[in-house]
Amino acid sequence: MAGLRLDAIGHRLLAPVDLTLAAGELVFLSGPSGSGKSLLLRAVADLDPNTGEVWLGDAARSSMAPPHWRRRVGLLPAESFWWAESVGEHFPVAKTATASATAAILGWLDQLGFGADVLNWSIARLSTGERQRLSLIRLLTQQPEALLLDEATANLDPLGRDRVETLIDTYRRNARAAVLWVSHDPEQRRRLAATSGGRCFVIRDGHLEPES
Amino acid sequence: MTLIHLTPWDLTLASVLVLLLAAMSWRLRLGVERRVLIAATRSAVQLMLVGFVLKFLFAQTSLPLIALMMLVMLSAAGFEVMQRQKRRYRGLWGYGIGTFSMFLSSFTVTLLALTVIIGVEPWYQPQYLIPLLGMLLGNAMSGVAIALDNLTRQAWESRGKIEARLLAGGTWEESIEDIRRESLRAGLIPIVNAMGTAGLVSLPGMMTGQILAGSPPLEAAKYQLLIMFLISAGTGLGSVAAVWLGSRRLFDDRQRLRLDRLAEADGRR
Repeated sequence: MAGLRLDAIGHRLLAPVDLTLAAGELVFLSGPSGSGKSLLLRAVADLDPNTGEVWLGDAARSSMAPPHWRRRVGLLPAESFWWAESVGEHFPVAKTATASATAAILGWLDQLGFGADVLNWSIARLSTGERQRLSLIRLLTQQPEALLLDEATANLDPLGRDRVETLIDTYRRNARAAVLWVSHDPEQRRRLAATSGGRCFVIRDGHLEPES
Repeated sequence: MTLIHLTPWDLTLASVLVLLLAAMSWRLRLGVERRVLIAATRSAVQLMLVGFVLKFLFAQTSLPLIALMMLVMLSAAGFEVMQRQKRRYRGLWGYGIGTFSMFLSSFTVTLLALTVIIGVEPWYQPQYLIPLLGMLLGNAMSGVAIALDNLTRQAWESRGKIEARLLAGGTWEESIEDIRRESLRAGLIPIVNAMGTAGLVSLPGMMTGQILAGSPPLEAAKYQLLIMFLISAGTGLGSVAAVWLGSRRLFDDRQRLRLDRLAEADGRR
């Protein structure tokens, strides 16, 4: 698996950012609201016009078709959106998948406190927290090689937060995926960075600086 | 049957009805009296003018003049489509997408009808060409305007959903396919409904006109049928082209949703 390297990635709010994440590394990003954290993640996922280049291992983003890039470098937005009626319709693998892929999904669902029947639930009856947890599983079914997380635990109760943190940690270790995580919770950043040896950065006045 | 000529006096009588409507709007505070009067005046001036222009054109059968007339009709239709958009595309696209789609559909269908179906000689004989093109443009205009307005409005409102599909590794076409389908359907419903109820509820305008002008009803019905088929083909083709071009324009070469290519909402609506 591959590391993620941002080479002078810039957008209108942020001076060009250079940042290298090793395979399996966890890096936290924070900063006042409106400082452009989410925009940086969107730029990396190539969702907004931006300058610079991103490398996933040896592969440049510009050499890859955008859908392919977004599948491999998965972005979890702060607000999750669902386009079909039921949960299961958003999991393309659920219909055609091999037994092992299905087992992985069921395992992840179980880890976040869902039974297999959640796939038949209608999106409309999900709470915000349920949507957020399910959107993480939706993202992981793409088997991304790097993760961009935007406030992945913001709407969760302590139990849900712990479960999500554990799931992300397991995925990061197993898949050796680089994780760039925007979190406004200093306690979470300190705790997770300490246990996984991750680095923390803060965006201040349009520049990326190490968090003191 | 002979054609009964309308005198200015007849038209004045009819216009009193519009004045009554305006007076009612004023009395009931509906607030549309100004618009009613302006629209009525516009239609009076425009129709009289076009009557004179057609009289002149019919006497000439000159291709450059007819082409000029067609161009005027197309530009007016394109402008009208743009006016009906809540969120227009910025730049030339706002005018170009609708106009080009209508050009593509209405002109090809008209040409096909004139040369293959009706077999007019020469094909640009204005007595056939101008009314036919007008019918096609008018209906394509409604379809294209509704379809485009639906497309941009829904794309604007569904930004999160579209981007979620992009993030899930979908192509731009996959991520907007639902909205495309909805917009196309919205654009086609009026003409489909019109075909479905034609003759049952009301006689379509052209047929009514022909009958009033003294044509045998069966001939009028046949012409109306021809026109309806042409119109539905033209409207369908135009809406498909507009929705395709419009949705393509909403994404850039890196398949990002570019809502910044749409202007701010128009305050008039």
